[in-house]
Amino acid sequence: MTTAKNNTVLHVADVHMRFGGLHALADIDLEIEEGKIHAIIGPNGAGKSTLLNVCVGRLAPTSGAVVFDGQVITGMKPHQINQIGVARVFQTPEIFSDLSVLQNVMAPAFAKRDGAFKLNFMADMGSEKAIREEAEHFIEDVGMSAELQTTAASLSRGDKRRLELAMCLIQHPRLLLLDEPTAGMSRHDTNTTIELLKKIKARGMTKVIIEHDMHVVFSLADKISVLAQGRIIAEGDPETVRNDPEVKKAYLGGAHE
Amino acid sequence: MLLLPKKELITFVIFALVVLAMPIWLTPFGASYPALMQKFAIFGLLAVGFNILFGLTGYLSFGHAAFLGVGSYTAVWSFKLLTMNAIPAIIFAMILSGLFALLIGYISLKRSGIYFSILTLAFAQMSYNLAYSVLTPITNGETGLQLTVTDPRVLDLAFAERGEALPQVTLFGLDMAGYWGFYFTAIILIIGYFVAQKIAISPFGMMLKGIKSNENRMGYTGLNTKPYTLAAFVISGMYAGLAGGLLAITDPLAGAERMQWTASGEIVLMVVLGGIGTIFGPVLGAWIIKYFANIFSAINENILHDLFSFLPTSVQDFIVPIFALFVGEGWELTLGLMFVLVVVFLPGGLMEGYRRIITRYVANKSDMPVTELKQTKEPEQVEGKK
Repeated sequence: MTTAKNNTVLHVADVHMRFGGLHALADIDLEIEEGKIHAIIGPNGAGKSTLLNVCVGRLAPTSGAVVFDGQVITGMKPHQINQIGVARVFQTPEIFSDLSVLQNVMAPAFAKRDGAFKLNFMADMGSEKAIREEAEHFIEDVGMSAELQTTAASLSRGDKRRLELAMCLIQHPRLLLLDEPTAGMSRHDTNTTIELLKKIKARGMTKVIIEHDMHVVFSLADKISVLAQGRIIAEGDPETVRNDPEVKKAYLGGAHE
Repeated sequence: MLLLPKKELITFVIFALVVLAMPIWLTPFGASYPALMQKFAIFGLLAVGFNILFGLTGYLSFGHAAFLGVGSYTAVWSFKLLTMNAIPAIIFAMILSGLFALLIGYISLKRSGIYFSILTLAFAQMSYNLAYSVLTPITNGETGLQLTVTDPRVLDLAFAERGEALPQVTLFGLDMAGYWGFYFTAIILIIGYFVAQKIAISPFGMMLKGIKSNENRMGYTGLNTKPYTLAAFVISGMYAGLAGGLLAITDPLAGAERMQWTASGEIVLMVVLGGIGTIFGPVLGAWIIKYFANIFSAINENILHDLFSFLPTSVQDFIVPIFALFVGEGWELTLGLMFVLVVVFLPGGLMEGYRRIITRYVANKSDMPVTELKQTKEPEQVEGKK
């Protein structure tokens, strides 16, 4: 069940990140296994989002490297990292507000296909039936079929998050990074999202989840890494982490849950 | 490839008919003379092209007049050196303005938002000043580039003797100054409109709309946004170059003032007035601005007195000076007021006004429009990104 090196999809190797005097990430070494849900938890300011930003190419680490599928991706641009199979869901949904739900999900499929550049400006949408059907399929998957033609800006926050998830799923990423996928959601929406993530887990997609909600973490994660002040202080399956005295002190003990 | 979905096809056919029937429906407005209708068609084309950049990608260029100028100079040089035929002139105008747009776009698109706008503005003003002074051998500076009897015109003179008079721009024998000139520009406007429609509904167009809506997300979605925005910039620069070429065809003279920043600003006004992101809106905006500039500016107090002659003289003497402020030299005041009203009450331009009327009309017919049902769900979210 534990680390077999050849199973690693994403390897964060000795990453340090300094912002001026702040040591945001210190000596992070993380291995994400194929097909697993790996949760990263930690108090506010622990460096979780910074770590995610390093993984998708938004930030270049001060030192160290990120290896995805045997390929060093540090220094690559976000769009290049996405093209080789890394998709990301943001903490505040990043969607195309003035496009319809259907267009929102179709656009990432086109971007994946024509990302480098394709001047197909005389082509018809009619000949893109396959992508349209796939988009409809993924919208159904996240339970939003009724909203197909709704403008994304008018969706509820929960629906926006689900939409963003569908936008990532249509790209068939090998690795999906989710930054607090249930933040700001009602308990009901949170449970729906957990069910949804469990459903897509069966498809063998590797996921990294950053989350505050312990309910979400313990119902989903195969493995948990605990981050505090830029360091990984504990790592293991949910039971081990839950009982780790260090974790209790740094995080769980002080928290309200 | 040359097909449009039903809805777009209907708008296209209606648009083509409206443009071709200009000589008829513009008569009651006193604007049905060829020179003005040519301007309507040319500036309509310019606005359609500008909208491909601004309306689809959201990048606001303040330097499109530079491409208009390049197109005009190129066309006049084509007349001088090669032939008075209109076709080579517009082809060269598009190619050269496209190359020029590639250069300016490549540098300007290193930045986005206001910095992009400022860069394009700076490049356009640089072009204007170059055309005005340094590049006088090419642009003939202040006087403007004109045709002369002694021009080489190698292609024309290979087949005919050099005449005594200044030659006319032709399209295989058709004189481009009158109605034929109008129909030529009108057909090019219709083709340009069609291409813009195709772009808007293509996967390429969807990528551009995605960039406008959320460029950040587009990047994390695997799209290299730079070549897309640059392509949109070049395409819209070529539209402007084509429009500039057509200006030179209907009147073979190119001056530097065509490249000045006020000309660039006018293009922005056209698109905002008509409706950003729509395809017909910019054309409408262009027509209204050109109408005001040419017809409203010609109204004087005498015409106003005639207009109000049904009123008693004392009332006339009171009313006419007030209205006179808004016509003649004051036409820009009217336009400015109209612009303010549109931006405040119809941020989506005149096309939004049209849509609202249609929605209201439809709402009265059916019991409850779908859009309102949706909006009751979570009203604070509806506003979205402004």
